[in-house]
Amino acid sequence: MSESSQQQLYAKRPLSPHLQIYKWQWTMLYSILHRATGIAMSAGILLLSIGVFALSHSPNAFDMFIYYLTSPFGYFVMFGSVWALFYHTLNGIRHLLWDIGLGFELETAAKTGHLFAMLGSILCTAIFWLYVFNI
Amino acid sequence: MSEFRNDLARARGLGSAHHGTSHFIAQRVSAIILLPLSLWFLIAVANMDSYSYNAVSDWLVSGVNGFLLATLIGVVYYHLQSGLQVVIEDYIHCHAKKMLMLFVVKTACLLLAASSVFAILRF
Repeated sequence: MSESSQQQLYAKRPLSPHLQIYKWQWTMLYSILHRATGIAMSAGILLLSIGVFALSHSPNAFDMFIYYLTSPFGYFVMFGSVWALFYHTLNGIRHLLWDIGLGFELETAAKTGHLFAMLGSILCTAIFWLYVFNI
Repeated sequence: MSEFRNDLARARGLGSAHHGTSHFIAQRVSAIILLPLSLWFLIAVANMDSYSYNAVSDWLVSGVNGFLLATLIGVVYYHLQSGLQVVIEDYIHCHAKKMLMLFVVKTACLLLAASSVFAILRF
């Protein structure tokens, strides 16, 4: 049978609950945040490309780019993007350590998630913006 | 119709795909390359005194900044389309929609990366 009619049949049958039933672990949250920050930055990278296009186009275009980038909404996007970059990078290092086989025990993985990924990303974001606004 | 095929013909191709290790490795390698590159970019942007056109264009033409920025953009778009490929494969089950999304994302990444690098080189 075709895939879409198969999906229609699946939709009518009762499904066992999973997200509402399975006990949430911190590791699950850090994993989905890794994916979410990756997807968010996929959109944000367009800003970098637009900046490069504007720079190579004309001084007017680039000044307009900076004008919108430093608007309140622009700052909101930049704050979020910097945090997303730090979180995805630090959690990415956590992933690379797992690939070597380090830190797989559940308690260790949860702790590295709290300290390295979450706290680390918040600290790095704070340090970055304090540095930028002091200069 | 399968009665016309012999047992070997029906069995061939099934089982493990033996494919995906290179994708896994390329994802990790591009990530490792991005570690120093993105750090360089963050520090460079934070250290700029001014974001006027003159200041930024002076920065871009000096030293290896243009080269590093072009490399960063290229590797970021590679890592990005590799990651989005996995996301699309996870969440889109209709074969036609999955193929379409993969094509759109990968082509867009290729075009954006190429045009961004071209803009830097032409600067």
